[in-house]
Amino acid sequence: MSLGGFDVQVLRENGFATEEMTLNMGPQHPSTHGVLRFVVRADGEVMTEAVPDVGYLHRSIEKIAEKVGYHGFMPYTDRVDYVAAMPCNQGWAMVCEKLAGIEVPRRAEYCRVIACEFNRISSHLIAVGTMGMDIGAFTPFTHALREREHINDLLEELCGARLTFNYMRIGGVAWDLPPDFAEKGLAYIDRFEPLIDEYNALISFNKIYKERLINVAVITGEEAINYNLVGPNLRGSGVDFDVRRDIPYSIYPELQFDVPVGHGEEGTLGDCFDRYMVRIREIQESCKIIRQCLQQIPEGSVLAKIPRKFKPPVGDAYVRIESARGDMGWYCVSDGSEYPYRVKVRTGSFTATSIIEQVSRGLMIADLITVVASFDLVAPEIDR
Amino acid sequence: MDTAAIYSKLKERFGDAVLALESEDAGDPAIRIQPRAIVEVAAWLHAEADTAFDCLTNQSGVDYPDRNEVEVVYHLFSYSLRHTCVLKVGVPRDNPSMPTVDPVWKTANWMEREVFDLVGVVFEGHPDLRRILLPEDWVGHPLRKDFVEPTEYHGISTKRESML
Repeated sequence: MSLGGFDVQVLRENGFATEEMTLNMGPQHPSTHGVLRFVVRADGEVMTEAVPDVGYLHRSIEKIAEKVGYHGFMPYTDRVDYVAAMPCNQGWAMVCEKLAGIEVPRRAEYCRVIACEFNRISSHLIAVGTMGMDIGAFTPFTHALREREHINDLLEELCGARLTFNYMRIGGVAWDLPPDFAEKGLAYIDRFEPLIDEYNALISFNKIYKERLINVAVITGEEAINYNLVGPNLRGSGVDFDVRRDIPYSIYPELQFDVPVGHGEEGTLGDCFDRYMVRIREIQESCKIIRQCLQQIPEGSVLAKIPRKFKPPVGDAYVRIESARGDMGWYCVSDGSEYPYRVKVRTGSFTATSIIEQVSRGLMIADLITVVASFDLVAPEIDR
Repeated sequence: MDTAAIYSKLKERFGDAVLALESEDAGDPAIRIQPRAIVEVAAWLHAEADTAFDCLTNQSGVDYPDRNEVEVVYHLFSYSLRHTCVLKVGVPRDNPSMPTVDPVWKTANWMEREVFDLVGVVFEGHPDLRRILLPEDWVGHPLRKDFVEPTEYHGISTKRESML
């Protein structure tokens, strides 16, 4: 394995015997990003293994889907990943539209992309802010949250909610943009974009911060693919893949944006710092996307005509979208009735957690927190 | 390469182990594989230069009581060739046992644990087949269609009277 860290040596000469210790980290822990537990086996400060134990936030969302019908499931998708609920909404809407062969009005596609990209920025701000806080730098977190509040305000104007949006519908979105949303959105982006440099000056290239991230938990591109890492975690390992560009959906093919990829700029390719920097750069790309969308959004309706009793034909479909935590898969089986026969959500945090056991070997205990933060884990998304 | 082309290649190589090319009214076409052959088929699809499926993006279990089958669905993706393929494997409901694809794709480790936990498929040769989302002492597999919700869990009632 190409993992950074220390070789574990148990020193037993001269009476300095050390023994392996089993520690329990979590489920409630200030920096495990939700209710998430690790069973850590450590020799002093160095871990021989950290085994994730998940499931504390399992709310049987997939089972609920079988009981509430296609339209009724939309608010539940918010709870899959409440830090980035808009892409979850979109994933569910898209898999239903694929099953039933529905075309979404173009204005609705723009609304979806605008909402998702604002949500991506706010989610990445949490990721970046908590990364600093987990390592011990509190100030950047407050700066990140301050900007996130404005996005929450904008999204609240859009759909009335600040976290669990329930904004999208099968066939479009619930509400059109409010009257002066475009001006407010553009004004926010204009003000926010220069602040990214402030973050970089404040924390990204701070020496202490870099020391904690560089060469920690190096994951090669091949390992990342084998473990099915997605999104910024995959691109941090140098794999140039983004669902928005490579399996195009919605209006993304018409927009100009770059896909930031890690290139080992400070240390080894695929370390925590690369994953972190990909997120910083993605915020900038999202700003670009929003600006284009708000400038070229067409007029028209925002919701296709969909029957109240939505019954897609028999079949099963799998849809992939680029959520804030990367490629999110929605699998839906329809038996032709009003209720989905089976729904499965494949989330980025689930697969990212599965690699932690492998990656943690030989790292310091404090680095486990860095690794969890660098994967941007959201515990409810693991457990669903 | 589209699913039909992959199907004819697989049929040529594995013969009867590849059962059918399926497409429903809606959604994605899929290739049905014999449960016993899944590891060889998976390893071959991973290794061949013109399929190169280096990633198992999703694995799910679906219960079909009417045909007495639990179906395991594999969504494959190739990062080098950017194409997809869906494999389906049916195992009998009363003896849902099939080999693990963990040696081919590491991500199958957790995904198979989830399929075992929720639908009850036993993956032979899996290195660590434990429940993952539900508590260890949970009885039954809740995404089976005939699962009956227990009335209590460790003395805590799971039902409550209607508030209306």
